[in-house]
Amino acid sequence: MIGEFWSINAPALLIAIPMLGAFATPLLGKMGKTPRNLWILLITALTFATSALLAAEVYTTGPVIYTFGAVDPAVALVSDSGGIPVRIIFNVDAMSAFMALMASVVGLVAGIYSLPSGKMKSGRDGYFSLLLLLLVGILGMVCTGDLFNFFVFLEISSLAGAALVAYRIDKGVAVEAGLKYAFLSSLAGLIFLYAVALLYGQYDSLNIAVIAERMQFGFLDKVALALFLTGLAMKAGAVPMHFWMPDTYSMAPSAITAFLVVSSQASLYGVFRIAFTLYGLRLNYVTVGWFIIILGVLSMLVGVSMAILQENVKRLMAYHSISQTGYMLLGVGVGLAVLGDPAMMESFGLTAMEGGLFHLVNNAMYKGLLFLTAGAIFFRAGTHNLNKLGGLGHSMKLTMLFFIIGALAIAGIPPFNGFSSKLMIYESVFAFNPLLAIIAMVVSILTLASFVKVFHAIFMGPKRGEYAGVNEVPVPMLAAMGILALLTVLMGIFPQQFVDLMIRPAAGALVNQGSYIASVMGGL
Amino acid sequence: MNMSSLVRTGAGILMPFLLVFGFYIVLHGHLTPGGGFQGGAVIATAFVLLMVAYSYEIIWERISLEFLKNTETLGLMLFILTALIALVAGLAFFGNWLLGAGGLFGTPVSYGINPGDLNTGGVIPILNIAVGLDVLGAMSVIILTMLFAVRRDA
Repeated sequence: MIGEFWSINAPALLIAIPMLGAFATPLLGKMGKTPRNLWILLITALTFATSALLAAEVYTTGPVIYTFGAVDPAVALVSDSGGIPVRIIFNVDAMSAFMALMASVVGLVAGIYSLPSGKMKSGRDGYFSLLLLLLVGILGMVCTGDLFNFFVFLEISSLAGAALVAYRIDKGVAVEAGLKYAFLSSLAGLIFLYAVALLYGQYDSLNIAVIAERMQFGFLDKVALALFLTGLAMKAGAVPMHFWMPDTYSMAPSAITAFLVVSSQASLYGVFRIAFTLYGLRLNYVTVGWFIIILGVLSMLVGVSMAILQENVKRLMAYHSISQTGYMLLGVGVGLAVLGDPAMMESFGLTAMEGGLFHLVNNAMYKGLLFLTAGAIFFRAGTHNLNKLGGLGHSMKLTMLFFIIGALAIAGIPPFNGFSSKLMIYESVFAFNPLLAIIAMVVSILTLASFVKVFHAIFMGPKRGEYAGVNEVPVPMLAAMGILALLTVLMGIFPQQFVDLMIRPAAGALVNQGSYIASVMGGL
Repeated sequence: MNMSSLVRTGAGILMPFLLVFGFYIVLHGHLTPGGGFQGGAVIATAFVLLMVAYSYEIIWERISLEFLKNTETLGLMLFILTALIALVAGLAFFGNWLLGAGGLFGTPVSYGINPGDLNTGGVIPILNIAVGLDVLGAMSVIILTMLFAVRRDA
């Protein structure tokens, strides 16, 4: 009974549970610290369970439709609507379910990691409310089947993210970073909204499936496409729209930074969804594919070369995030560039897309892990400056272990997950254009060099006097890092199983535009 | 600093009208232009009027930040619970479980052109009231917080 209820309403509960959690957190906060912390754990765990259930359903039986406010949520088209879905729809296919599962895992980890408050005693209720709202925004973005609804959830995640970045006021520096994030996100959101308006004016609908079915790819559609890609690439932090990322990522609390990585990836999901599902084969896919590839290559090169210079560990990691985003754009861009050629798609296009998507989830795991270790170091040592840190390996052994796992994974060293996804990208991109694969490998080597430096600066060397009192971080923080480290290792040891189980259906769902349309429009 | 007695008396006279107008917009959200957000914003301007007319000490004493925050939480909880009850009633999330059910907002809507009946709309008026409470609380909190900054500078 309750299981059936849960599975029918899973897409709605995915949003409703964290929203209820966010709204009730101030009430729970009045009861004290322990009830509130238990509540946060309960809500994030329930959200994770719901997304796992939804993913299991989607992977076994195909896309799930949820119509909000309807009598029967599974029916998108009511008989008197004239064949047009009038209500807001969540259209959860394998790609959406995959993203939602990833986001809820990181949400759970960010929730656990944030439980020890450290020096920040005030405003914790607001912090957790906003954390859950950020989760709502990300989950909504990846699940929705409605363009305007996507914009709404984009704004929810932007505003919650901006407020969270500014949480540690830090003499106004963090507030400046938060303001910058708010401005850039709003700008990206408005660009996106304008493109939605262009499509709405032409096709009289906001539903992605309806617009995809009617798509003409005329002049206005091309303008809309350019605006969509610009806005979402800005939000995802691709070069040349990356400038907000180092400031924002370095000033936010570390759990938030790990979560903002997922928020950026939800925007990347938007890029992929728009390119593959909304426009699909009507697109001039070679040109747009190369546009995405060039964005990716620029992001990889600029990101890593800026990262090498940094002295602040979180700024350095933020530049590496830009560089890692490039890999995902490269992989999926290659898939888009050969979308219309079944032979090339079969021989390397799909592998490139799978590599890109696999790298996306891997990046969320190891990048999140690295940001959490940076937060753990800040929690105890009180600084991010590499020149001041040193010798922490003596007292923070577990954090050091987690950092090694994350650093080796991001550098693409076997047996960690970064290696498997990068190998998939190298091999498939080499078949497409060898030069791109060589650039990707060089970037990977530079990444390794940069993290060797960071590791040495933070953990190696003799014990320092000023860090004599430093000991290991509290258990919840270790547990949060442990979950991500475990996933990083597991996905690295069993990449084939993971790709077969999760990634291949997701890539297939992106490529197969017809089934996305049919899941909404075929109901009548 | 208090404003002149002219301003204070004027604010006092306008205050009930603003409140009534704000609540009117909230309650008639499903019939006339406006709704929860607009009405809540109008009610919040009534508080702004008081803050302009009287000194911050008086405002700080009379209006508590905690009360406004609780109003905001109440509105949000009302909103999400109304949406969740639809699930219990066997409809989809945000389903209109009060539609045509009789009672305060459950009168079935008469067909054709009519002057409009306040007791229709099902859960829509409830959601409007929830949004109204939320916006009134949140906007007043923002403005009160800005007033706090004024005090520190002085």
